[in-house]
Amino acid sequence: MEDLTALMGGFAVALQPHNIAVMFLGIVLGILIGVLPGLGGANGVAILLPLTFAMEPVSAIIMLSCIYWGALFGGAITSILFNIPGEPWSVATTFDGYPMAQQGRAAEALTAAFTSSFVGAFVAIIMITFLAPLVAGFALRFGPPEFFAVMFLAFACFVGLGRGSPVKTIIAMMIGFLLATVGLDTVTGQLRLTFGSTELIRGFNFLVAVIGLFGVSEILQSIEEGLSFRGRSAKIRMKVVLETWKTLPKYWALSLRSAAIGCWMGITPAGATPASFMAYGVARRFSKDAAGFGKGRIEGVIAPETAAHAAGTSALLPMLALGVPGSPTAAVLLGGLMMWGLQPGPMLFVEQKEFVWGLIASMYLGNIAGLIVVLVAVPWFAAILRIPFSIIAALILVVCAIGAFTVNNAEFDIIMMLGFGVVGYVLKKLDYPLAPLVLAMVLGDRTEQSFRQALLMSDGSFGIFAANPLVSTIMALGLMALFYPMLSWGWAKIRAR
Amino acid sequence: MPNDPVVEERGLGNAGVEIVVSVLVIALGAVAIWDARRIGAGWGGDGPQSGYVPFWIGVILIVASLVNLFQVARGREAGSQFASFGQLRLVGTILLPAIVYVVVIPFTGIYVASAVLVAFFMVRLGEFRLWVAAASGIATAILVFVTFEIWFLVSMPKGPIEDWLGF
Repeated sequence: MEDLTALMGGFAVALQPHNIAVMFLGIVLGILIGVLPGLGGANGVAILLPLTFAMEPVSAIIMLSCIYWGALFGGAITSILFNIPGEPWSVATTFDGYPMAQQGRAAEALTAAFTSSFVGAFVAIIMITFLAPLVAGFALRFGPPEFFAVMFLAFACFVGLGRGSPVKTIIAMMIGFLLATVGLDTVTGQLRLTFGSTELIRGFNFLVAVIGLFGVSEILQSIEEGLSFRGRSAKIRMKVVLETWKTLPKYWALSLRSAAIGCWMGITPAGATPASFMAYGVARRFSKDAAGFGKGRIEGVIAPETAAHAAGTSALLPMLALGVPGSPTAAVLLGGLMMWGLQPGPMLFVEQKEFVWGLIASMYLGNIAGLIVVLVAVPWFAAILRIPFSIIAALILVVCAIGAFTVNNAEFDIIMMLGFGVVGYVLKKLDYPLAPLVLAMVLGDRTEQSFRQALLMSDGSFGIFAANPLVSTIMALGLMALFYPMLSWGWAKIRAR
Repeated sequence: MPNDPVVEERGLGNAGVEIVVSVLVIALGAVAIWDARRIGAGWGGDGPQSGYVPFWIGVILIVASLVNLFQVARGREAGSQFASFGQLRLVGTILLPAIVYVVVIPFTGIYVASAVLVAFFMVRLGEFRLWVAAASGIATAILVFVTFEIWFLVSMPKGPIEDWLGF
């Protein structure tokens, strides 16, 4: 009950006129980012983050999180109309969304996509509302060993649950950790890996890395595919919206199942992209008409969109409650919290009640605002893709450069951004996952600190990571996740005999 | 697959790029270990020394890359293509101007460089007329200036032209 009162207080904060204005601004920017190739949720938020330093933290996080919702909505537009997924998590939406558009059912597909996104997000937000305070309250008892164990579990999940090669996941992650150690060691004050360079004492800023890895590399990849946009026209008439809405309730089981998949994948840092694929696969398996999938079945749009949005939203739960983000965008938001002087983690729920509940309330409102904006403004956003790529590419490069510069007001960072762009391009093409790299960069310092503090407590004995039931359970789960690929491989070998 | 032009086109193989990346990662790990040993990677009077964590990161990087190299050597990437030469050339048409762009920013400021970049891309890749491209470039620079310097009060890198204009 106390939480519900706090949530009402949050609504009062989020409903202030300037916060509502900021919310709509964020949604529109976010959809724009989601529609444009080369700008995604993570780097869009990273570029705009430095501009929010002058704002109140509550308004700033409302704007940035709304950019995130907007980007989630925006990805669906290009998938359905142009067969170009604006974001990786909307790849699965193209399977049935684009065929629907080709059959002249674009409006129906878009309405279904937006509504499902909304439903997925809503389920996730309700879960956050009730679960986050409990998790945070539980985590208040955590000391350094437990915190290290939670981080270990989060990173182990990447290795065990990721779709790519576990070895490559580990390499990407370790590169991230290594980059995080560059600069001043906050414990001893020693310089690490700086080689006498004054530029490197600041260390690698993860915002600069995100802009390069996700923004610049995306442009390089887009040009390679020789972009030609041939889209379907999009106009959503109210009649079609209402008719589609009438049919949607009969897919309630599918929606709930997809939302559950999304929530689970979002809390464990597997993320929105695998969630959308998994929900699509499950929807096809449960369907009586599996062969019809890929040819324009509405379920093929509902399932991935619900799951992606649920995952994207619930990725904020571990970020708020534990300080461990579930997705790259959540990681960037977490970086924002730290830059505004807020310490993410369970103490946030105690010390910054107004901030936390304002954010949670803005999630409810932001998604309603998002649904309205996308339904009304689809044609305009779709028209953006008719701008020639030569102009878009140049503009995005300029925006990325500005974003990288404003992080520290350092010209060197612009060069660094381009370097990260090339690295990101090569790594992406070789299927090295970038999300664990970014997460490791963000969490590296805190992971290392809790690791060292834990070892200090135990005088160097690793026994501290199995010293009480709590920490040993989390560590055991982490080890299981870490070795899951090996275990399942071995199991398959044994069964093959 | 005769119908698939991407496979037919000659290009860079995945295996080669994989090997280069793995070797670079191993070098990175070696640097980490070397630097960690320099500042102390063991147990100091006040707990783990500064190099303790980077040392083990370096070790894991090297081991993981060796495993990856081993898998490539066993033919995991055989026949798969990183990118065709045509695709690489397209990437170059964006990457080279981008490199010039970031290198000249400290000298010309961000506005002039951005205006030229936008105009150049429009002429080279979009085949726009020169005056359209030039006008768009200048419009971009002005828009950025108004948004950031005036609206958000963020100071951007400036060069001689801005000095001359008195900013």
